[in-house]
Amino acid sequence: MSLRKIGAIAVKELRQASRDPLSLAMLLGLPTMMLILYGYAINFDVRHVPLAVEDRDKSAMSRELVASFVNSTYFDLVSDLPAGADLGRLTERRIARAVLVIPEGHARTLAAGRTAPVQLVLDGADANTASTILGYASNLVAGANVSLRLADPAATLPPPPGIDYEPRVWFNPDLKSTQFLVPGLIGFILMLTAVLSTALSVVREKERGTMEQLRVTSLRPSELIIGKTLPYLGISLTATGVIILAARFLFGVRVQGSYVDLFVATLVYLVGALGFGLLVSSLADTQAMAFQIGTVTSMLPAIFLSGFIFPIRSMPAVVQGLTYLVPNRYFLVVLRGVILKGAPLSTYAGAPRWELLFLCLYGAAVFGIAYARLTRKEG
Amino acid sequence: MYGLLMVVIKEFLQLRQDKKMIPIMIAGPLAQLLALGYAANMDVNDIPMVLVDQDRTPESRRLVERFTGSGYFHLVGSEDTVLAVEPWLVGGRAQVAIVVASGYGRAVAGGAVPRVQGIADGTDANSAVIGLGYAARIVAEAGAELVRARLASAGRAGPLARVELVPRVWYNPDLLSRWFYVPAVLAMVLMLVTMMLPSMAVVREKEIGTLEQISVTPLQPWQLILGKLVPFVVIGILDLLLIVGLARLVFGVPLRGSLLLLVFLTLLYVLNTLGLGLLVSTMVSTQQQAMMFSAFVVMVPMIYLSGLIFPIENMPRVFQLGSYVIPVRYYGNVIRGIFLRGSGMGVLWPEALALFGEGLLVLTLASLRFRKSLD
Repeated sequence: MSLRKIGAIAVKELRQASRDPLSLAMLLGLPTMMLILYGYAINFDVRHVPLAVEDRDKSAMSRELVASFVNSTYFDLVSDLPAGADLGRLTERRIARAVLVIPEGHARTLAAGRTAPVQLVLDGADANTASTILGYASNLVAGANVSLRLADPAATLPPPPGIDYEPRVWFNPDLKSTQFLVPGLIGFILMLTAVLSTALSVVREKERGTMEQLRVTSLRPSELIIGKTLPYLGISLTATGVIILAARFLFGVRVQGSYVDLFVATLVYLVGALGFGLLVSSLADTQAMAFQIGTVTSMLPAIFLSGFIFPIRSMPAVVQGLTYLVPNRYFLVVLRGVILKGAPLSTYAGAPRWELLFLCLYGAAVFGIAYARLTRKEG
Repeated sequence: MYGLLMVVIKEFLQLRQDKKMIPIMIAGPLAQLLALGYAANMDVNDIPMVLVDQDRTPESRRLVERFTGSGYFHLVGSEDTVLAVEPWLVGGRAQVAIVVASGYGRAVAGGAVPRVQGIADGTDANSAVIGLGYAARIVAEAGAELVRARLASAGRAGPLARVELVPRVWYNPDLLSRWFYVPAVLAMVLMLVTMMLPSMAVVREKEIGTLEQISVTPLQPWQLILGKLVPFVVIGILDLLLIVGLARLVFGVPLRGSLLLLVFLTLLYVLNTLGLGLLVSTMVSTQQQAMMFSAFVVMVPMIYLSGLIFPIENMPRVFQLGSYVIPVRYYGNVIRGIFLRGSGMGVLWPEALALFGEGLLVLTLASLRFRKSLD
């Protein structure tokens, strides 16, 4: 293997990449765009739910309950309905997401010391939002019950308090989701720059027939493969740097651990990702196909099966088993540890956590298989 | 018309030659369906919990049993001090710690206020909020029981006036997030098949140089454009039927409205995606650029900002206003309306109008640009 030849191929590849400034700009601009999307647009905290109210009681008590909903800022009153209004029409047209129905005799029932049911009709089409709304409403009603108890004229003593509960949040006390998403985003973007770009660049040479020209040169297959992947390693590392800088300056997310640890972990992960890109290129004949294979086998798992957005523990057992095959699963644990908790890399390299070791094994295996496939074909 | 037909036939032949492409066009939607049907779930349960029980009385054990018996938490370890909890959270082996301070049992028995602390790993903000919320609910229940017991022992038992919330969830009574996510696959797969793939197909002809050859034939430009796009529409509609079928049979998502209306409104949506795909093809020169541009400059932002997966109501005002120009926003309403709410044209006409108007606009713009790029 000659370093000079590897260098020559790498320079050729870089030159080719720099002649396509649009793609390069997209590769490097994308991390920032994604970060902004995730940082500003994605928020599972539900507020200002459009609420309609059908108050058939029209008493001080019922008005108080409605006021407690509106004052919570979770709900915005959009409509005061007359009795017997068509609730179906209202939710179907998405004018209201929730309708609070207070039946006649609400105040009378409470004054008699009995249980007064009120109804909350929810549009369940967006199940996540609906569950959150239901949680808010339950808490508001529980609050209403507490004030009812306090105002109870029959009580001679104030009721004794229950248990004092004090919640604490470590590592991210403001509960900003950007923090959580930055490591996942790095994993996702690297899948794009390392797997897809590498695969496409190899397949492009196949499509245009220049691969054959390269094969008849004095280059060895190993030199060709390493020379072609090196520039993408560089681009991937640059993209990682861009994300970390953007996270720092746009969202104030700081790397708590050491940059050396971060670099080593990323490098280990990239060996596997670049190897995977090569593997995809050995399976595809056209760029469109390489793209499809790459998306299904690397991008989708990186988003859905890695714990990036959706918690792995909530998945069905079979799908959870599948996540063990996704390198991002391990990479994310290590990255979150290093970036958010300041954990040293050694935390993940021995009992009880083996993530880094898995990544090394995965990288060696995938790169080995891809290498064997490509050199055999070309030999 | 004859020329158009010939182009369509040529495109289909080309697709057929690419033998590996057909299974992939089916595998793509399948993988997305499985991912969104099974993996996309924001619910949190089975949270690994560390216990710091400094009290060790029957009362504190009863509280811990409330946690382990709730189904939300499972106990992974015990520590004596709060400080010892840190390695568990740093290593990610536990996500929540519950601290029962010493004196808990005495406080319960003696009528003072017992204290409980919940600690959560905030790096996963969403799970932390939910986990602490569950913990709060469990402690509140225990507290309410305590209050009831004390009131009873003070001779003040009996019925209490209280408001009871009776929820009625429409359209998705079991609140399955699958019912929300699975229909959304439709919008994404159609973007892939009727926007990205056509843009790549057009650019491919540019790259190979066959576009110039075709442009000197007697074919009209509109015949060429339409002929190239029709096969993708056909595949898109087949994917639609595939997804509707699987959503029903595999995921149990009902199709409450009319399938015919869904196909009709999907065609209006496809006007938009085809137009966008064609527009992309006029702006780039290689397939790789076409793919990246349509995937990451068009698709990802549109899907994220359309409310298809992440609720629009929670976004900043500017993003909310911006979402009105995104066709996926209207199509998302259409999908959910027809699948879950069983809506008809009476409700969905504004969406239909928006999709049609915007589609026509984009397609016209793209065709003009495309003709210019041919000349």
